[in-house]
Amino acid sequence: MRSVSIVGVGLTKFGEQWEKSFKELIAEAGVKAIQDSGLERKDVNAVYGGCMASGRFVGQEHIGALIADQLGLNPVPSTRVEAACASGGVALRMGYMAVASGIHDIVAVGGVEKMTEVSTEDAGFALGGAGDQETELFVGASFPALYALMARKHMKKFGTTEEQMASVAVKNHGNAVNNKYAQFHREITIDDVMKSGYVSSPLKLLDCSPITDGAAAVLLMPTEQAKKINDKAVEIIASTQASDTLALADRENLYETKAAKIAGKQAYEKAGIKPTDVSFAEVHDCFTIAEIMAIESLGFCPLGEGGKFTEQGNTQISGQIPINTSGGLKGKGHPVGATGVAQAIETYLQLNGEAGKRQVKDAEIGMTHNVGGSGATAVVHLYKKA
Amino acid sequence: MVQNSLPLHWRKYPERYRLEGNINEETGEAFFPARVVDPKQGRKGKLVPIEMPRIGKIVSLTEVYVGPQGFEKETPYFLALIELENKVRMLTQIVDSPKEKIKEGAKVKKVFRKISDIDEEGAIAYGYKFKVEE
Repeated sequence: MRSVSIVGVGLTKFGEQWEKSFKELIAEAGVKAIQDSGLERKDVNAVYGGCMASGRFVGQEHIGALIADQLGLNPVPSTRVEAACASGGVALRMGYMAVASGIHDIVAVGGVEKMTEVSTEDAGFALGGAGDQETELFVGASFPALYALMARKHMKKFGTTEEQMASVAVKNHGNAVNNKYAQFHREITIDDVMKSGYVSSPLKLLDCSPITDGAAAVLLMPTEQAKKINDKAVEIIASTQASDTLALADRENLYETKAAKIAGKQAYEKAGIKPTDVSFAEVHDCFTIAEIMAIESLGFCPLGEGGKFTEQGNTQISGQIPINTSGGLKGKGHPVGATGVAQAIETYLQLNGEAGKRQVKDAEIGMTHNVGGSGATAVVHLYKKA
Repeated sequence: MVQNSLPLHWRKYPERYRLEGNINEETGEAFFPARVVDPKQGRKGKLVPIEMPRIGKIVSLTEVYVGPQGFEKETPYFLALIELENKVRMLTQIVDSPKEKIKEGAKVKKVFRKISDIDEEGAIAYGYKFKVEE
């Protein structure tokens, strides 16, 4: 297996991009990534594109072909990858495997979602497809409702409070203010979250990530060659993925995300490091409770203590383990198919010292954690400067 | 839209109208909805249809204020993860019960209700909901 590195990144602004089409978003991110790397279009051997529900959001399928076509990459193979909200992270892993195995040398990995073309109800229905359509969405379970059921259990078992969950949103909005690509540039307070009204109790509007348009792209190549083309290469030192039951009702328990725990453990083993060696992490905070469960599953704090750990400031940029310096899904926005790729881009910026006001001091190892559905897919990557 | 599919409604009658799942004859583990493959045993044992018990208890609970398409007129409603008497867990709405009695641990029993009504021309979905047993 060859060592693989990211050599160029491209992001669109995240948010309500009414003036831009699905095609324009992915093309913009792709062109930026190619330019950033110093490579040329003709160098790209294959494409993997993460996209969750374009059929429901914009009526378009066959996204693999669309990406290659829009970027003028034909006739290279181009494949769509779908794993609900983990589509981007899994696409990154597919690209990683293609380069590591030697099948392809230079691979473009993209992620895209255009979610604001439909009503909020329609978007809720499309996202609901990440759970079990026949037993969850059918009975009226929106996505916030599934995470609310987990939150309720976490609160009951460990004493996690609504204020502690709110502290995740406050931190991530604070970080997003310093990210020009983020959807929200607005600080919020615990009080704002507490007064924001229930979407599905105990989760309130400001506990939930927004509906977002956006795209992200990275270029991957063997580390040895990457080091020759520029000095910004970031090596992927572990890429792991695990699965759990599609329906929440079939899980062992509601207060822990088992797939994330397994993928995290495997990633640490693969890289030969411990959670304390990680300098910062981008985790899947689709809801505030999800960040709390993520930092527990990834071993940054003991099970059940994620709420308290966050409230005490340990996950701030200046804290013990900075979490979601980009603003996370909550502050930066969550174009579902693009999120996993955008997380990788934040680690690339951090490890190159290019994160501006949100720069983590002495950042050496970064981690990303991208989740599909209510936890049925978890994909974890670890990175260091090549 | 898939929710309006007549073959789907028809195919789901046993599951949605009378809580039919299946059980591995050898291990006694039950599944709802019915599974084709026992995830733990694989091909060991035979899966045969069985009706689920109609009594259970609430494991976790949420009150939904913003529902997905087809449930806009229902909000707010209670959604619960419940555990049936045979340990099978399922997601369901809790209806027709005093709000103060809808809580974790409460005993619930199955009722037959309209589930959703996506558009005027589509089939109306009926199925299981649960209510707190007094």
